[in-house]
Amino acid sequence: MGDDDVLQLSDVHVSFGRGSSPVRAVDGVDLTVGRGEVVALVGESGCGKTTLVRSIIGLEVATRGSIVVAGSPVTTRGSSLRRARRLVQMIFQDPSGALNPRHTVYEAVAEGLRIHRVRGDEAALVVAALAGAGLRPPERYVRRYPHELSGGQRQRVLIAAAMALGPRLLLADEPVASLDASIRGEILALMRGLVDDHGVSIVAVTHDLGLAWNIADRVAVMYLGRIVELGPADQVLDDPRHPYTRALLSVVPERRQLDQQILVGETPDPANVPAGCRFHPRCPMVASGEAARLGIEDRCRGTDVALVEIAPGRSVACHAVTPPSDP
Amino acid sequence: MSILELRDLAVTYRTEAGPVPAVRGVNLVVEAGDTVGLAGESGCGKSTIAAAILRLLPAGTQVEGQVLLEGEDVYAMKPGRLRAVRWTSAAIVFQGALHSLNPVQRVGEQIEEAIILHGSPGRAAARARVGALLERVGIPAARAERYPHEMSGGQRQRVLIALALACEPKLLIADEPTTALDVMVQAQVLELLAELQRDHGLAMLFITHDLSVLTHTCARLAVMYAGRIIEHGASTEVFSAPEHPYSAALADAFPVIGDPGSRMAPAGLAGDPPDPTSLPPGCPFHPRCVHASVQCREHDVQLGTVGADRSVACLHPRSRRG
Repeated sequence: MGDDDVLQLSDVHVSFGRGSSPVRAVDGVDLTVGRGEVVALVGESGCGKTTLVRSIIGLEVATRGSIVVAGSPVTTRGSSLRRARRLVQMIFQDPSGALNPRHTVYEAVAEGLRIHRVRGDEAALVVAALAGAGLRPPERYVRRYPHELSGGQRQRVLIAAAMALGPRLLLADEPVASLDASIRGEILALMRGLVDDHGVSIVAVTHDLGLAWNIADRVAVMYLGRIVELGPADQVLDDPRHPYTRALLSVVPERRQLDQQILVGETPDPANVPAGCRFHPRCPMVASGEAARLGIEDRCRGTDVALVEIAPGRSVACHAVTPPSDP
Repeated sequence: MSILELRDLAVTYRTEAGPVPAVRGVNLVVEAGDTVGLAGESGCGKSTIAAAILRLLPAGTQVEGQVLLEGEDVYAMKPGRLRAVRWTSAAIVFQGALHSLNPVQRVGEQIEEAIILHGSPGRAAARARVGALLERVGIPAARAERYPHEMSGGQRQRVLIALALACEPKLLIADEPTTALDVMVQAQVLELLAELQRDHGLAMLFITHDLSVLTHTCARLAVMYAGRIIEHGASTEVFSAPEHPYSAALADAFPVIGDPGSRMAPAGLAGDPPDPTSLPPGCPFHPRCVHASVQCREHDVQLGTVGADRSVACLHPRSRRG
């Protein structure tokens, strides 16, 4: 792990329930996030992306593996958790739900400063954070209540509250999904600006591949609790190698030049992870017979496949891409 | 005769804080088999139009102008006639499938009820039709026995579409039908709607804030801002060469993946949509518009023609900016 790495996840598992079929929400994830880096974690509902980011700040307990934030492991209690919860800030999807309707903008930002006993002039810190999030002049906003703000302004308040604590990493769960189209770009530009100006890192959980194209340095595609493709955003989005990434890209309205591959069936069930490659029951390569032609169908159905580096910084978990390992 | 015609439709909500003009004079025609997309942001009036077509607005709401369904004025209908027209002439699919279905009734029974209420020959025939409807939207007929909570979000949205199709309407109004769904499920539902449109000649009015979805689904596109249509034309043209600066901002909001111009360059529009109770004078878009001139602040511009089957409400449309 480099000195500049803000987050290191090693073999992280999060399971719910016991017995014969626990829900394997996160099923072995390795991911490193460097300083000033934006990583987009994409996938369908139930792929484990939200559970994974919640585990980083101890909202879910990792049942196996390790989570290291800025050099120190995160445990589920005590000072290491408090430290992680200051260095790692979360930005939620619905800014209306995340703000207390009876607290002013000032209170919303000051609350975190008090909880974490941040030293300095509270009022000055609040005003600076609001200005930094694009709420200018900040004096105009401090006494307002959430219902007096637009959706975009509310999201800016949440970003200000997070940034006031001087975090190293922002976890953003669908940060623009509930915003109107014209506001979306403004918030994404603000997020990218925080990275470029303050060196904060962002893990953005999203199903929005356009967001990844707009602000992410790297993309991690998750399927049923695992990362199945990882690499620089332009490479993964422009030249996807995993059939699941290709299918996802083919259905987003922003990328219509690909032949549409609408996967049949519902999002898969993490209580029932298929044997072999976990994607094989929905894989277009298996369904079309292409896997059989390549002579890999038996492995697709019977052998689990790990994420393998195919080029520097570029990894894929697919039998069609990676050769069989030595016996 | 057109399936749907809105003539100078204006809708004003009555609230404790005073009147809120949500729709301010909209003209729109949907012909048989037509697919029309209505795009715009929260508060632009697009969902109000959906509700106004079938008279689903709160009591006391002031409606001016006309809504003609197959030539008949919806606001002049007697209650019995209105009930008959809802579902058989036009049906709505709303966004939140969970809230539109009765949680304690099996989905099959809910569809059956709609069929019987609108004059089916009998229970056995209605039941057979429920099975056929579910199959048509890609759900096995046996799932008619399930309750809404036993289905996924995508399946519930399909059930709502089956419900809307129960009485063979000529027009389907879809208000953000895929917004709450996952990308893959969204693609499945859009594909289903396109199929229904193709195979059954269903006319569709499709309402959403996502211009890129509309371009894929609809032949024509109307972009709304502050209660009015500000651009109207063939959807590919409106999307690829928008005349109105607001349509351009909406089109740019979702990047084209692979386009170097939008890589690491999110495009937004400064400012917020206007408050319908205190609209700016002149063109309501001028405070957010990069092309605004002095006239824009004074002149309330109306929709005017800029080409064959293309209209825009702007003093400085793209084709005249040079």
